[in-house]
Amino acid sequence: MSTASAPVRRSPFKKWCDQNTGLFFLIPWILGFLIFKFYPFASSLYYSFTDMNFFKGIREYGIMNYIDIFTEKETRTALLITFKYAFITVPLKLVFALFIAYILNFKIKFVNLFRTVYYIPSILGGSVAIAVLWRALFRDTGVINTMLGFFGIQGPDWLADRTWALFIICLLRVWQFGSAMVLFLAALKGVSVDLYEAATIDGASKTRQFFSITVPMITPVIFYNLVTQIAQAFQEFNGPYIITGGGPRNSTTLVALLVYNYAFKENEMGMACALAWVMFVIVMVLTVIAFSSQKHWVYYAD
Amino acid sequence: MTPMKLETRHKIARFFQYFVLIVVGFVMIYPLLWMIGATFKSNAEIFTGIGFIPTNPTLDGYVAAVTQNYGGDINIWRAFLNTYSYVIPKVIFTVISSVIAAYGFSRFKFKGRDILFSIMISTLFLPQVVLNVPQYLMYNTFGWINSPLYLPLWVPTLFATETYFVYQLVQFMRSIPHDLDEAASIDGCGPVKILYKIICPMLSPSLVACGLFQFMWSCNDFMGPLLYVTTPTKYPMSIFVKLSMDGDAGFNWNRILALSLISIIPQLVVFFCAQDAFIDGIAAGSVKG
Repeated sequence: MSTASAPVRRSPFKKWCDQNTGLFFLIPWILGFLIFKFYPFASSLYYSFTDMNFFKGIREYGIMNYIDIFTEKETRTALLITFKYAFITVPLKLVFALFIAYILNFKIKFVNLFRTVYYIPSILGGSVAIAVLWRALFRDTGVINTMLGFFGIQGPDWLADRTWALFIICLLRVWQFGSAMVLFLAALKGVSVDLYEAATIDGASKTRQFFSITVPMITPVIFYNLVTQIAQAFQEFNGPYIITGGGPRNSTTLVALLVYNYAFKENEMGMACALAWVMFVIVMVLTVIAFSSQKHWVYYAD
Repeated sequence: MTPMKLETRHKIARFFQYFVLIVVGFVMIYPLLWMIGATFKSNAEIFTGIGFIPTNPTLDGYVAAVTQNYGGDINIWRAFLNTYSYVIPKVIFTVISSVIAAYGFSRFKFKGRDILFSIMISTLFLPQVVLNVPQYLMYNTFGWINSPLYLPLWVPTLFATETYFVYQLVQFMRSIPHDLDEAASIDGCGPVKILYKIICPMLSPSLVACGLFQFMWSCNDFMGPLLYVTTPTKYPMSIFVKLSMDGDAGFNWNRILALSLISIIPQLVVFFCAQDAFIDGIAAGSVKG
């Protein structure tokens, strides 16, 4: 090999390296994506068309899992309850978050103190400790019922009551509106004071200003909160698993919990994957709807 | 309208603002305050009233929480130790691997970058529930289930799998002017040196925020340990608290509440020490997005 040819042969490689330095930094991410995201994602879809069982393996292929999901009561109820859960939790959470952020945005004294108080539940709310607390609050002789007792009201056994249990699970997440509130507060601070001044001169009431100026100006953050909260709500697992265990009589068995039960209690992993995929498609469709509706209601300044 | 009336109206509005903030704030914080009080009450007293202050303060709950162990396998200290033995590596690896990936995405141009970036964004919308079963089967093949080193809980974070943080850091890095790297590059700094000499110091508040959030979320994580930790001696706090709650069948409430409270104290301390980092971290991440 002649010495002259070596640099000539190396230079395209070097050139390639210079052009792709960025790619070099992405190697860990690419590996992580392929191994821990893409492979599980694809094989989940594959398993969903099998009767994959942890101990027995695969014996049958087909769409039987999907047929079961849409015909059997257990899965249909879980899907329905999950929708109910999301449609109670997400709007309540966003309304509270926006309402409190709106008030905090008037030049309030101790704003940091209030912000902290409202934010603490968000940071701790995901912990098992708070789930334990929820059980203490809402048990039959719990704090809430003791409180109602002062008004002569006999409260139900919230978590054992089919009509209330789901709502109590929702409440745990609504209570954690703090992070959505912090986002709203940052957005509200960004709305130009000139707009309000102009509106006041024109004689617009505070309510009118809220709906005609404030809300339109912060629609990007409303949109962001909406999309992230919907995705989170459909994946809720800890609340029902820890607080109610899915009961009473499956009234709080959300989809994520049912997926867990299929996969890790009954070892029916094919079925679990199919159910997870149904949920995934639902979340995707809702996200796509949200994104495509953006042009009708979300205002971007630039 | 006379100026006097306007001022009265203004005062009434102010009153209502504070009134709502205080009332709602009290409702928000009440469960936590009640919980703190309840840990000092006797089991007989806990559910008899709704106040915070115990009539006969007792440390029984704490004593029981601290001394409780299940057949000598697991107790509160061990559970803490177990938790932090994977939470701390997880936090460190997440921050490092995310900043490296974010650097690759935000500071370089190369073929395929935009496609990779779109893939990264789309994984933000990928629910963990879809991945759970195959991941479990994969870790099972690796022999990682019930690994004494908690491998399934932190190894993936070496590979920037926490997309949310990668995305946040990309947003922050884009706001750092390119002139700085160019100047450094002319001075002979290589890309790696630019990352840790220039980008990382400028990003440090965001790196701290990412670390703090990952700390909170990892301490709270329940499903990960539920799937991958099955030996009682290796249980982390989240599983230990759940186990104690189930084991009690509802009579030793002061013990279980004391245990719960102790379990979140490290998180509370971290939060109060770094509140601003948390709140600014959230606010900064979304404004552009």
